Amino acid sequence: MNIAIASGKGGTGKTTLSTSLATFLSQTYEPVLVDLDVEEPNTGLLVRGDEVHAQDMFKLVPEWTGNCSLCGQCRDICNFNAVIQTGSSITILSDLCHSCHACSELCRESALPMVQERIGVLKRFRSAQLHRVESILDVGQDQATPLIAQTKDYVSEHFDDHFIKIYDCPPGTACAVVEAVKGADYVILVTEPTPFGLYDLKLAVELIRKMGLEFGVVVNRSGIGNDDVLKYCRDNWIPILAKIPNDRRIAEYHSEGTLISDGLQFLEGHLGAIENYLDLSVVAGAG
Amino acid sequence: MRIAFSSEGDSWDSMVDPRFGRARYLLLLDEATNELTAYDNSANCAEAHGAGPKTAQSILDKNPQVLITGNGPGRNADTVLSAGGIQVYVGAGRMTIKEAYEAYKQDTLTKNG
Repeated sequence: MNIAIASGKGGTGKTTLSTSLATFLSQTYEPVLVDLDVEEPNTGLLVRGDEVHAQDMFKLVPEWTGNCSLCGQCRDICNFNAVIQTGSSITILSDLCHSCHACSELCRESALPMVQERIGVLKRFRSAQLHRVESILDVGQDQATPLIAQTKDYVSEHFDDHFIKIYDCPPGTACAVVEAVKGADYVILVTEPTPFGLYDLKLAVELIRKMGLEFGVVVNRSGIGNDDVLKYCRDNWIPILAKIPNDRRIAEYHSEGTLISDGLQFLEGHLGAIENYLDLSVVAGAG
Repeated sequence: MRIAFSSEGDSWDSMVDPRFGRARYLLLLDEATNELTAYDNSANCAEAHGAGPKTAQSILDKNPQVLITGNGPGRNADTVLSAGGIQVYVGAGRMTIKEAYEAYKQDTLTKNG
């Protein structure tokens, strides 16, 4: 079971929900929390655990050997202008490269072999019944998508379908989010009942519907703003899984990083509702 | 000397385009003949990714020794232009091509890098 926790708007509570839901479920099951917000993974600030594995992550980029006829085919075929002919040499701009292999495969002189370039690091943690996997993009790397894809591949290889996997996704509706939610069995869109929250929720709903994924909404900080988000969900037949109140105590625990240890009681009812809605006991089998 | 300009138009009186990668036109001046040739750069303008290096590639293909522009090329375009051995002058964004050329001759433009 793959549950993606996403949102259009940033700061609505994706990480708060991911970490608390994963912790809550770990009382019964053995869930896997996956931090796909690789540009700024922060589930680790809230969920402690022992590091049990770490590995460098790579993307493949072409490297010019220097032995070629300068036919120019490589630079012409590149959709991202990552291969440039500078006089009598070929310059590779690896940050623009999307690893499509076209230049490398088409080169008649095999002068552009693909080589590994490090883009980040993946780490795996364990605490009691909870597994956590996170990847961090290296400073200077500007493509989150390949690292997100490879992180999901790692999780699929190491945790089979019996694990409940909770993916904390990056905000927005761009490529990184598409990659993060792709293949999810269910997407939880976290929003807040404000005009900003609604505007970005609509964008996210449009994306998730286009991708044909099943989804529902969690309204966080319920009680602020207005009723437009609730009305929008009702009018569009979107289920609301939970309404987490705008409670100062939740904010205080969260700011101290102890929401999942000491403050979970304030969320348990809502998390239980999500568990029941998604029928997780059927998916994973208790224990 | 062959000198390239990023330009908003196709003549001596056009303004230098302060943008490099998405400049509307590229102009090439051949000092030997005083001939100014305009190249439409709108295709590179519309690139979703890597407009800078693509425009730098277009410049290299015209084989100038000098580029005069406004805000200056970004990192990737700069890598390409440096590899091509082109001397880049910046800060001409509020000048016409004619004014920018005069400023270049009087050596009052800023060398990039």
